[in-house]
Amino acid sequence: MNKIKELCVLSGKGGTGKTSLVGALAALIPNKVLVDCDVDAPDLHLLLAPEVKSREEFMGGRKAKIIQELCTDCGRCREVCRFEAINEDFQVDPISCEGCGVCVHFCSFGAIEFPLALCGEWFVSETRFGPMIHAQLGAGQENSGLLVALIRGKAQDLAEERGLPLILVDGPPGIGCPVISSLTGADGVLIVTEPTLSGLHDLDRVLTLSNHFKIPGMVLINKYDLNKEMAGRIETYCREKGLGLAGSLPYDPAVTEAMIQRKTILEWSRNGLGAEIKTIWGRIQEHLLKDQGVD
Amino acid sequence: MSVIISIASGKGGTGKTSVAVALATSLQEPVQLLDCDVEAPNGHIFMKPRWENKETIYAQIPVVDETKCTYCRACSQLCQFKAILVLGEAILTFPEMCHACGGCFLVCEPKALNPGKKKLGEIEEGWSGAIRFVHGRLRVGEPMSPPLIREVKRRIKNDVLAILDAPPGTSCPVIQTVKGSDYTILVTEPTPFGLYDLKLAVEALGTLGIPFGVILNRADIGDKEVQAYLQSQGIPLLLEIPFDRTIAEGYAQGHSLVQVRPELREKFQNLFQETQRQIEKHRHE
Repeated sequence: MNKIKELCVLSGKGGTGKTSLVGALAALIPNKVLVDCDVDAPDLHLLLAPEVKSREEFMGGRKAKIIQELCTDCGRCREVCRFEAINEDFQVDPISCEGCGVCVHFCSFGAIEFPLALCGEWFVSETRFGPMIHAQLGAGQENSGLLVALIRGKAQDLAEERGLPLILVDGPPGIGCPVISSLTGADGVLIVTEPTLSGLHDLDRVLTLSNHFKIPGMVLINKYDLNKEMAGRIETYCREKGLGLAGSLPYDPAVTEAMIQRKTILEWSRNGLGAEIKTIWGRIQEHLLKDQGVD
Repeated sequence: MSVIISIASGKGGTGKTSVAVALATSLQEPVQLLDCDVEAPNGHIFMKPRWENKETIYAQIPVVDETKCTYCRACSQLCQFKAILVLGEAILTFPEMCHACGGCFLVCEPKALNPGKKKLGEIEEGWSGAIRFVHGRLRVGEPMSPPLIREVKRRIKNDVLAILDAPPGTSCPVIQTVKGSDYTILVTEPTPFGLYDLKLAVEALGTLGIPFGVILNRADIGDKEVQAYLQSQGIPLLLEIPFDRTIAEGYAQGHSLVQVRPELREKFQNLFQETQRQIEKHRHE
């Protein structure tokens, strides 16, 4: 069997349509594992209504906790903490605590505990379009990159176990920790952008990132008709950067209508964007996922 | 001290930057706008600031002096982030993993670690008319944005109203931005995605105890679930902005909301007064 291929969908700028597109691809492509790597604001499950088969706790980083009875107010912890996380009453602010453990090490009285924190949950589910791995980071929690790496690993295992040739990753916005964690080691990246100066600006940052990790990419211009001149500029940008254009999709209110009905756009309006999305998928296979047998 | 209003969202692309820029440019009083979305900063596209200052921000990381290292492993045992590793008689550092906690320097008895630096990104400061504008740009490839966001926030000038444009989501970069705010405006849209991510953002704000209200953008494109949720939770709906193709087209070219729709200025002024009333009320609770 060919190596399992992994396609990561990113955007830089939020709200360009990553999840709606991944939903459509989920409906179109057979034989894949879906992964929602936007673990702090996951939305793919709203389209795919996954039936959760197993649920696991995600223990993320550690947080310092001072045991007041043992604390002598010596102040050593406050001296060594670079994150100003310990106040004058020797209480740790869990929001500022980076989990570095330096205070724990230097406390001569063993007065600082350092427990693992429950940072979220992750799920293995079944959807009408196949298996899906997803997660929910706890409100305001850290270590999203770690959680992303964990669920991508689980997706790899599941794909191997079931002989599925493709992993389709719905990535988070931005270019930081969870994005890097979603992207590294992927076979290709599809960057979904919109015809705005912000869309282009952030596309450029994601492309620099994917080039940094040497991951081949293609671009999809969503809602291209909201500003055809900007769409043209993005096409020119792609040509200059030697970046393939997977295609362009028009603004279609049916995408929102479908979302409200908890359907993918392909299930909702078969005559609409479906044909174009099929063509786009063909180009992605051809240019990013060539040596594999997904059809 | 300044009054700080942060603009956040949960879901990306709902209009945080549009709202932050509209608010900053609608008010009569002196105001500063700080774009804390250092991964994908877009505020400058609309503010078009005249830059006055650019600074590179570094984090302190360890650089090993192998002539002094005894491979005792004290550093690698302490490091929670796997940023320094001793394998037999070899020592490796991984700067991208380093959180700059400084612990390894403190535990190294032979003093074999020298302070080095890794670039986190850049901070630019300037003016857009009478509005002071600051943003951070995370170095592409650097995973950790909170330290740079912290640096952007250090540049809040005292005694001037500060508006902070937050990144999307609900995790540490957002918390780093909004903590310490007097008020947070959550921007969402009337769709299942908008509602789900709004609920997550509300939950995250709840842990911080910051008063907040909601702006519903493109208020007529979806369903009525967001309004129903806000009403059931007693969350103030500060403003509804209908979908308008001319706004979208203006946005595409870097024209701000109130440039395209000047009549919204007054609504943002009133909205600001409303946030001030709510901040007062929160102080007395």
